[in-house]
Amino acid sequence: MFKFPEFLRIEISGPIDDAVTWMLKNWDAFFDVIRDIILVMFNSVEGVLNIIPWWLFLIAVFIAGWKLYNVKSGIILSSMLMVIGLFGLWDMMIYTIVIVLISVFVSIILGLPVGIFMAKSKRATTIIMPLLDAMQTMPSFVYLLPAVMFFGFGRVPAIIATTSYAIAPLVRLTYLGISEVNKEVIEAGKSFGSTSRQMLLKIEFPQALSSIMTGVNQTTMMAMAMVVISSMIGAEGIGEQVLIAIRRQQIGKGLEAGFGIVFLAIIFDRVLQGAAQKLKERS
Amino acid sequence: MANKRIEVKDLTLVFGKNKKLGLKLLDEGKSIKEIREEEGIAIGVNDISFDIEEGEMFVIVGLSGSGKSSLIRCMNMLNVPTRGQVLVDGENICDYTKDELLEFRRHKVAMVFQHFGLLSHRTVLKNVEYGLEIQKVEQTQRRKKALEAIKLVSLDGWEDYYPRQLSGGMKQRVGLARALTNEPEILLMDEPFSALDPLIRRDMQTELLSIEDYVDKTIVFITHDMNEAFRLGDRVALLKDGELIQIGKPRDFFENPANKYVESFIEDVDKSRILRVKTVMTEPKVVGTKGQKRTELIQKLQDNEEEHCYVVDENNRLVGYVELEKLLVSTHETIDKTIDRNYEEINRNAFLADIWSKLDESEVDVAVTDKRNYFRGVIGHEDVVSALS
Repeated sequence: MFKFPEFLRIEISGPIDDAVTWMLKNWDAFFDVIRDIILVMFNSVEGVLNIIPWWLFLIAVFIAGWKLYNVKSGIILSSMLMVIGLFGLWDMMIYTIVIVLISVFVSIILGLPVGIFMAKSKRATTIIMPLLDAMQTMPSFVYLLPAVMFFGFGRVPAIIATTSYAIAPLVRLTYLGISEVNKEVIEAGKSFGSTSRQMLLKIEFPQALSSIMTGVNQTTMMAMAMVVISSMIGAEGIGEQVLIAIRRQQIGKGLEAGFGIVFLAIIFDRVLQGAAQKLKERS
Repeated sequence: MANKRIEVKDLTLVFGKNKKLGLKLLDEGKSIKEIREEEGIAIGVNDISFDIEEGEMFVIVGLSGSGKSSLIRCMNMLNVPTRGQVLVDGENICDYTKDELLEFRRHKVAMVFQHFGLLSHRTVLKNVEYGLEIQKVEQTQRRKKALEAIKLVSLDGWEDYYPRQLSGGMKQRVGLARALTNEPEILLMDEPFSALDPLIRRDMQTELLSIEDYVDKTIVFITHDMNEAFRLGDRVALLKDGELIQIGKPRDFFENPANKYVESFIEDVDKSRILRVKTVMTEPKVVGTKGQKRTELIQKLQDNEEEHCYVVDENNRLVGYVELEKLLVSTHETIDKTIDRNYEEINRNAFLADIWSKLDESEVDVAVTDKRNYFRGVIGHEDVVSALS
């Protein structure tokens, strides 16, 4: 009477598993290509970051804070970075940064065109918008599953999970930024005989830039959050330290790593927001 | 009469998806208001026809929602007419292909917007250059033209500022300069001064008129301000609910208002401060040319029963004035020695209120000129009296 009737139950997990197995078997070349591309990106970004001496990072963060805000902010931000190093998390941090950077980069490459396309096509918006809503409400753990299924464990699925989790705000804010460009500015562009390419490159994109930068900032923050969770499927980095600390019940170590992540997130956030603000002031 | 530059023929503009139904209901004689309330279809312009002549300042006036902005946007296809035609120099711009339309917008027509429509990410100079930049005009050349336009609207020195650093009046000067840089034959101005405060607005109106003296352009000007319309317009078209109520010279509105609505519209207007010489002046029956044969001009004067006429040079610049009496007693082959250089002249943009004294001093009709001293017409006492009564 009060129980949900057993006979109404539908099994979809079986067919889905079958489909995945089929895709893995038949499309393995496709997945290999993606894996290779991501690995190449990972190695080159890591290589670049590794030849930069640690103090140069400190100086760069200080200058960014100083130029975007003031000297005080520069000092605070670079000391946060210093603390991460003092906790012995420097190398892990580099890993984390690599994953975040690649995820944000891929998000921009894929997200910008989608956002622009949405702004141009009402039909695309009605299809993609609910998808974005779903992506942003879905628990972050869920993203791990398909990544693991198709790419196993390690850096590659971590980057894929992080990207798919983080891409939504960038698409949304690109769409918003472009569709909210002042109507008269659009008309002005048209009335002087701009082609649609000129409209996009010389008017719509520059006008939407500050909104897009806000999107990049949000995407980076989401990637920072996800990169910790991705450690469960084998992403190296600070997140992994948290995971290890949980398993071994080392509260002190866990807190150290936790602060490390918070500080890194704050640095990213401040720098990107400062840049977005500078762009906004200009317009 | 000057050539027709723009011809608007039976133009109707229906917004939204249900254009066919909108047209059908209009044909059935339903009013725009009924159609909007019953079917939710917005109609911007309903069956309007008129011509705009070359070099004319044509003002379209109406309250908000009267369809004036929708109408002006049909003249560069920002709005695509649902029915009817817009001919520019005899070509129907509604039939243009994509490339022809680009070409048309790049070279023939430019627009100035109510809220300026400036590109906030570009400096003043870069804004003004925009039209030439997208035509891929070479950098040095487009810079030169842009600087000229900036100078014409007296914004020199502000080239490297961003729009947000400028006042409203200055922003609109940028908008105007940007439009002028393209050297369009037709300038569309959509309520360009409405967002400015009254003092600045007056300045900009005066400035527009003086710029108009230098650049011979056909200007279509939109406003909701009756005073502005009559102050600027060579001819004025009054719109209400997407329909044309009356069209004519400003004085026609005072002399023969088409209906009660027009009467109420012009009720509070001080005519002598609104009407300009150019809207009241008449074309002289006879004009002499420097170097013209004496006998020929005498013949013309006698044919038209005129006692005197003004004389211009080959460029239509005013040089003087001749009297029939003196021509008759002269013995020279041409009229040149008979020209009297002691005459009164009035700028064509002067207000009637300001020219009384000159008219009183002169026994004959006074010559009307523009800033470059081109002869534009004559004005007499009786013209002014009849215009004001």
